[in-house]
Amino acid sequence: MSKNKKSTFFDKDSAFKYLVVGSSLVVVIFFAMIFMMLLVRSYPAMANDPLMIFGSNWDVAAGIFGGAPAILGTLVSSAIAVLFAIPISLAVAIFFTEYAPRRIRTGLSVLIDMLATIPSVIFGIWGLWIIAPLVKTHIQEPIVSSIGFIPIFSGPAYGLSLFLASLVLTFMIVPIISSLSISLLSSTPVELREAMISLGATRWEVVKHVALPFSKPGIFAAIILALGRALGETMAVTMVIGNSFVWPFSSPSIFSPASTITSKIASELYEAIDVLHVSSLIELGLILLVITLVINSIARLIATRVSKRSGYT
Amino acid sequence: MRIFSRRAREKVVISILMMLTAVAVIPLFWIVGSIVWNGASVMSIEFLTSLPAPFGSSGGGIGNAIVGTLMINCFASAWGIPLGILTGIYLSEYASAGRLSFIVRSVVESLSGVPSIVIGLFAFTVIVLTVRHYTGIAAALALGLMMIPLVAKATEESMKVVSNDLREAAIALGIPKYNVTTRIVLSMAKGGIISGSLLAFARISGETAPLLFTSLFSFYWPTGIDQPIATLQVLIYNYAISGFGDWVSKAWGASLLLVMMVLVINVAVRMLGRKKY
Repeated sequence: MSKNKKSTFFDKDSAFKYLVVGSSLVVVIFFAMIFMMLLVRSYPAMANDPLMIFGSNWDVAAGIFGGAPAILGTLVSSAIAVLFAIPISLAVAIFFTEYAPRRIRTGLSVLIDMLATIPSVIFGIWGLWIIAPLVKTHIQEPIVSSIGFIPIFSGPAYGLSLFLASLVLTFMIVPIISSLSISLLSSTPVELREAMISLGATRWEVVKHVALPFSKPGIFAAIILALGRALGETMAVTMVIGNSFVWPFSSPSIFSPASTITSKIASELYEAIDVLHVSSLIELGLILLVITLVINSIARLIATRVSKRSGYT
Repeated sequence: MRIFSRRAREKVVISILMMLTAVAVIPLFWIVGSIVWNGASVMSIEFLTSLPAPFGSSGGGIGNAIVGTLMINCFASAWGIPLGILTGIYLSEYASAGRLSFIVRSVVESLSGVPSIVIGLFAFTVIVLTVRHYTGIAAALALGLMMIPLVAKATEESMKVVSNDLREAAIALGIPKYNVTTRIVLSMAKGGIISGSLLAFARISGETAPLLFTSLFSFYWPTGIDQPIATLQVLIYNYAISGFGDWVSKAWGASLLLVMMVLVINVAVRMLGRKKY
């Protein structure tokens, strides 16, 4: 490098800087373009009737595009999945950090990472052909026949349903919450932990009174992050939810086939011809984008506050 | 009133924790098991190398989908990885406390949280609606965009851990920043950047949603990137929901191949890196 002349040094130096800054700007522009393009292409639907997307009826032939069932389906299926996933992932994290011997820990962390790398479409084919029949006969039918008089558990028991989508989503987000919780729980200050143990506390009491309260805000952030992931999940949900507008207005049962924003786009966009149809689907995508960005920013806000706090201790 | 003594409670807690942990990891074995069980039987040279047979006749394979997935991944990597690395270099070496670095950092963070189907919609609006036909270019645009935050994060992190002493020593010798960055810092961070790029490659290999309405599907060999192209991911989706026995078992075979590809890359990166655990 010493054989270069000084003037070329300067040129290369600033050229490289411009290249690096320019590339970062390109990424920023792409991000801004996602919004702009979705906004521009959903304009026909918004101009036609700005509130139609929140209506309850979706009828392609009649040109009516109300997305309320899909929006509600997205929110409710993800919320149920998060509720299922919280106890499971916290159990994994607590077992991992407090109880598991070293060898089991290594194995468990590999398994959790592998679970996180399984593609969504694989969860879909598994959910569709393996889980759906089992859930139908072993979970839905017994529940429908025993407490089916409660509207949200009423029959008939289709395999493909909102409930099945939530169940598959649960398995997909458990790795996210548990791996983040593991790193939070294991960063509990050793002094606090040892103080509890010296008082004669059992491991569970240490977890309950020290480790969990200490990492509560961070775990909350992890849960919100997982919620954001669940909201945008497409393939597995599309394959198991049944893609129907039965839920929630015709039947409130969680065992009815339903739809989500993602399942609607995935199953209709490639064959949509009508401009209004295409732009309504893009508008649904825009709504999803805004929801997930808000959710992710909240999670990031909490996470930065947590990391600042732990910086002081 | 305590029902259990403290020690007994400890035992109850352990058994509940172990049970729930089992619930979390059983799906992995179940998924891998059912893929191997259902997919291994269709594996053959013909399955891996030939075109799908006409509907109704048996035989045929998924050769074009394998080629298609690799082709789109390569085009996506060709622009996604360099842009990701350059953005990572900016974040690690050139970003000051200014407004631009804050914006770039937030955008990289936010981009990784954008649902893949929304990125697919973006590619659809930009390319498919403009050229008015389905094309692999739109798929490569979407998947490359998904790689950027992953590669940028990996680059930034592996460059940040390079000791500042080296940078300062090099600058004290009068070496310009461009050379410090590319010859010293970058060469020390190379391993992390390569594994980050490989993981991003593995990640987009499983992405299906952005391909559904960009590269669509095809029953023929791809002859160029600017046309509908079959991919393993979309093949699995189309065949699995078709409900025809022969197609469903081909979907299982394709799943086995896809999962093997993704897991092999992940395991290889872990073995090469061997830092994390």
